[in-house]
Amino acid sequence: MWIDIIEVLAKGLTLVLVLSGCAAYMTLCERVLMARMQLRLGPNRTGPFGLFQPMADGIKLIFKERFQPAGADTLTYWLAPAIAAFIAFFAFGLIPFGPSFEFMGREINLYIADVNSGILVILAFTSLAVYDVVLAGWSSNNRYSILGSIRGTAQMISYEIPLGLSILSVVLAAGTLNLPGIVEAQAERWFIWTHPIAFIIFVICSFAETNRAPFDLPEAEHELVAGYHTEYGGLKFGMFFMAEYINILLVSAIAITFFLGGWRGPGDLPVVWFAAKLAVFVFFFMWVRATLPRVRYDQLMTFGWKILTPIAIANLIVTAYFVLV
Amino acid sequence: MKLQIGKFMSMLRGLLIVLKYAFKRPVTLRYPEKKRDLPERSKGRHHLTKWADGLERCVGCELCAIVCPSQAIYVKPAENTPDNQVSKGERYAADYQVNMLRCIFCGYCEEACPTGAVVLGNDYELAGYDRQSLIYTKGMLTEEKPGESGFDPNREI
Ligand code: SF4
Ligand code: SF4
Repeated sequence: MWIDIIEVLAKGLTLVLVLSGCAAYMTLCERVLMARMQLRLGPNRTGPFGLFQPMADGIKLIFKERFQPAGADTLTYWLAPAIAAFIAFFAFGLIPFGPSFEFMGREINLYIADVNSGILVILAFTSLAVYDVVLAGWSSNNRYSILGSIRGTAQMISYEIPLGLSILSVVLAAGTLNLPGIVEAQAERWFIWTHPIAFIIFVICSFAETNRAPFDLPEAEHELVAGYHTEYGGLKFGMFFMAEYINILLVSAIAITFFLGGWRGPGDLPVVWFAAKLAVFVFFFMWVRATLPRVRYDQLMTFGWKILTPIAIANLIVTAYFVLV
Repeated sequence: MKLQIGKFMSMLRGLLIVLKYAFKRPVTLRYPEKKRDLPERSKGRHHLTKWADGLERCVGCELCAIVCPSQAIYVKPAENTPDNQVSKGERYAADYQVNMLRCIFCGYCEEACPTGAVVLGNDYELAGYDRQSLIYTKGMLTEEKPGESGFDPNREI
């Protein structure tokens, strides 16, 4: 009993620390990568190769003034960044990073929770991510924020549908809702080979779900200052920022688990393979951000409802046919 | 449909172009450590040059002050006297100031000058902590020895 609790706490603590570190260094990575793609040097002053830049950024954010705009709704204003960070961290508890192994006579699983219907929990929690956008935009009493949060809500709800449908076809093929079970089902062949259309839909939707370019309308800097977090500064802004990066990691981890065989790969290097696949995905996110311009709002909605959703439904029906027959 | 596919392909092509650029050498430099080699005739801070015999070129005609589009130059002329022959003409500049905060380095002063006294050098690192320090006076602008600022003291203009 006690040892179980200690195990879960230890795993959770490790996960939170590793994820925060990853998010911090993803900012550096993104800045350097984007700089290189734009023929610039990027941050290289703080420490060797600019490696201390995330720490400097963090210290700067911590020492910012504690600020709240006039007329803001205090409780929701302070709650929104916490919701953002919490949801981003939470869903990671279900992702299997590797197979279970023996450690001091105990069998340790490389995931925190083995939920029977893990996919449902993940989908439910990623849907909750709408709330931090809504609450942040509404409570900060700023028209840019509310515009950003309205856009964000509509966008996230619209893209949740094709996202769920694309995952559903994987669920049909695997015959289970349990994440380690889905990884198990890909022992022979990754689902990306049998469900390429679902994979493409999932990747497109994950860009929209994480509010990243080219779907970064909720925080469009050029039109809405910073969208829903315009009025946030200091560590509250840092929370949103970290949540955004952890969300990138999260959707990448989900894509890896569902389509790219999870931790499986040649050789006996489960966690290494997971990290490598994650790195490729993160690079792809940054690459796309450096390339594609933001889509227009009506294009976004048209694309989501008139193109992605029908394709996802058709794909699901075809998958169901092949699974049944 | 064909149009849509074309758009999609151009998106992919864009991605590849951006990736290609990631492997090119950045055009920016680590500035204070590395400096760009400037073209020889790039325009930086001014110099007031002298003739080879050590006399000042500036004859205090104020043409530079008149032509300057941002009114950055102030010239205070004075008469040469036989025992105080500063320049070759009748007058010389008793004071000559260039306000580096106003100057846009257009080089019109250099063009206008009938004696080639004021020239724009290559030094572009002009920064200061207050406004006063960025008004360059005659003492700061005049070269100590002829030809010191890198311009041939025997040139005609
Ligand atoms: S370079 Fe142009 S702006 Fe500067 S002092 Fe000469 S004339 Fe004026
Ligand atoms: S620098 Fe040239 S233009 Fe200006 S006052 Fe002297 S001689 Fe005249």
